[in-house]
Parts: sequence; structure tokens; C-alpha cells
Amino acid sequence: MPKTPLLTVDRLFFERDDCNIFEPISFSVEAGDIVQIEGPNGAGKTTLIRLLTSALQPTSGSILFCGENIANCYYEYLANILYIGHQPAVKLTLSADENLRWMSPAITTAAEISAALAQVGLRGYEDVPCYSLSAGQHRRVALARLFTSQAKVWYLDEPFTAIDKQGVSILQARMASHVATGGCILLSTHQDLAMDKVRKYSIESHKDREQQQ
Amino acid sequence: MSNIGFSAYLRRDLLLSYRRLGEAASPLIFFLLVSILIPLGVSPDPQRLAELAPGIIWVMALLATLLSTEGLFAADHQDGSLEQMLIAPQLLALPVLGKVTAHWLVTGLPLTLVSPLIGLMLSLPAVATVPMMASLALGTACLSLIGAVGAALTVSLRKGGLLLSILVIPLYIPVIIFGSAAVQTAVDGFNWLGPLSVLAAMLCAAIALCPWAIGGALRLVSSN
Repeated sequence: MPKTPLLTVDRLFFERDDCNIFEPISFSVEAGDIVQIEGPNGAGKTTLIRLLTSALQPTSGSILFCGENIANCYYEYLANILYIGHQPAVKLTLSADENLRWMSPAITTAAEISAALAQVGLRGYEDVPCYSLSAGQHRRVALARLFTSQAKVWYLDEPFTAIDKQGVSILQARMASHVATGGCILLSTHQDLAMDKVRKYSIESHKDREQQQ
Repeated sequence: MSNIGFSAYLRRDLLLSYRRLGEAASPLIFFLLVSILIPLGVSPDPQRLAELAPGIIWVMALLATLLSTEGLFAADHQDGSLEQMLIAPQLLALPVLGKVTAHWLVTGLPLTLVSPLIGLMLSLPAVATVPMMASLALGTACLSLIGAVGAALTVSLRKGGLLLSILVIPLYIPVIIFGSAAVQTAVDGFNWLGPLSVLAAMLCAAIALCPWAIGGALRLVSSN
């Protein structure tokens, strides 16, 4: 019997204002996979990721988590995903430590939080209000969640924006260790990843939209 | 496990308000400033002020609450934390209720606590002080819950303030009617528990229904 994939996307389709964003999408992701979602600006990468996180409801099609439709195991699915979007969800008046504590699972200890912040290079900035941090440091606060999360499936939308080279290599190392322990990652980025076993998935614009352009 | 969402959001929003005390205190300051103007604008005559006081206090409390409602979800929407709330593995009504509770604690509760001072300035008879505080405590909680439905519906609009007022003021009407009625009946020397019970019933209904409506509205708005 073949192993059930961690995530199966079946003819996922989304229509916005009577305009179809992309051709119906089908793919499956196994534990250990890194899928890089590709496509030109405006192709619908963010839309696809938001559909997968269930923040958006698809017009048709379904998403299966471990072979089960996510509508039937909704909270179990949500407990197993981690989504870091364009907007980092970092509160400017809170410190890095408070932000991460709020975004991490309730069982995360204080030591784990400061360790995660140290991992992303924010040691010494734990108690600084985030409004005095730079754009790249904001993103690092958000990305520190990668070190506290217990989720299996990671959705990262342009995770490397504003991150320096050294930061990118730290994150890629963390991503590699995540997939090595049975997780999977779907990310959108225009950078080439310095990792092996990255699958690429190109979004095809719907023919309606091509005609418009 | 299930109330982690509620208390986490309650604590976070209280902390955020604490970090921006000036912003959080603006409804209260508005409430105080306007009540200083009323005796100057209307009449310093205690008799006339006492007649108007129940209505005026309630209208001011309503406007002060409305003033602060607009921003309830706006900041979360802008920085992406609203989306994180939508995909958190819990009933959406819980974090929503946590946020609204925090909103009430920084707007409605302070208004209720300073209202005896306003009553004094407007020559409200002393017998009406307790009914006024009780009706404001229950009523402003209703206003926060109802206002949050409007705030959720208008969260993605850049200037949603006017639309928000048009949406929620009709829903505020029963609250203000029974709220000021409780104070008025106390002034007139009757049993004020009747209108107050209606207000309490409205609050129960709002606690039961509004978090779902807010959650639904937030999902609707973010699906664009």
C-alpha cells in the first residue's frame, strides 16, 4: 500500500470577482518535501498559500491532510500548520520576546523563546520594543516561530524578504532540519534555495487572465 | 486548553493598550471634556441639568465607545495578526471575545468608574448614581460587543468610520433606551431594576451571539 501523502491538493480552484486566478491546482506533498511555489508577480502565489492555510475558502476543490479532507479534521489540521505571511504579524509596541511568546504554542517555555530569538540573531534585542527594530529584524522576530513551532506543515510566503545572507543560511539550515524530522515546507520565494531535494511548482495563470494581459 | 485563545488575546490587548495609554485613554478624555462643556453650553441651572443628565451621560458614553471601536481590528488587520487569529486551531469566537473584553476593560469600565464625577457635574441626584453605574457597566459591554461586529465588517476599509457609525448606531438604540431609562426611573424615584434587567438580558444575548457574528464577519472580510 502506498504511503498517504501529508498533504494532497485536489483540483483547487479560486475565483475572485468572477475572475479565475489560476488553473485548477493538484499536487501532493510527502513528509520531507520542500516545495517552492514559483510564478511571476501576480500569478497567485500568495493566494495559493492563503488557500492552503484555509484563511481563504476555495471556490472548488479540496485539501486533504494525511488523506482526510481538512473540513473533517479542521482543528487538527490548523494545529499542524504554521503560516508566516507577507505581513509578519509583529506588534510594534511589544518586545521581540512578547511577540514570540504570543505567537508560539502555549507550552513553550521562556528558555525556549529566548533560545529561538538567539537562533535568529536577536540575542540582546529580546526586550527592545519592535518599533525600534529594522525591517529585517521584524521578519526575524516572525521567523523565530520556526524554532518554537511544533507544526508539521510550514507555509512560508516570501520568508527571505529583507533577510541578510547569513540569516538566509540559518533559516535554510532550520528548514533542512524540519524536513529531515518528517515535516514538509511549501514556500514562495524568488531566490534559489541552496538545498537539495527542492521541488518546484509553477503556477499557471488561468487562460482568462492571459487574455486580459 | 480551550480558553488559551481567550486569555492570550485578552492579555495581549491589555498590554498593547497599556503601551499606548494616550490612545487607550482617549474615549475617557472625550467623555470628561464633553461633560465639562454641557453645563457651559446648556445651562448651569442644576434643575435643568438634572433633567437632561441621564440622557446626556448615555449619549456621551455611546459616542465615546464608538470613537474607540473603529480601531478594534484595524491594527491586527494591517500587521497580519488578524490572519493568524483566523487560522489558529481554536474556535474563533474565543479570541474574538478576548479582544472585545479587553476593549471593554479599557473603555467601558473606566467610563463607568468616572461616571459619578460626571453625574456630580451634571447635578444628577445622588439616588441615581448606583443605577447609572450599573447601567453603564452592562450597557457599555453591550456597546463594545455590538460595535465590534461593525468594526469587523468595516476592517478592510481605509476610512470605515462613517460606515461603522451608520451600521452600529441603529443597533445601539435599544441599549441607550433602556440604559437611560434605568437612570431616569431612579431619578423619578421608581424601581430601576426593570430596565436594568432588560439591559442585562441584552448583554447575555450579545455575549452569546456577537462573537459568532464578529468571527463570521472577519472571515468574510479576509476572504478577499
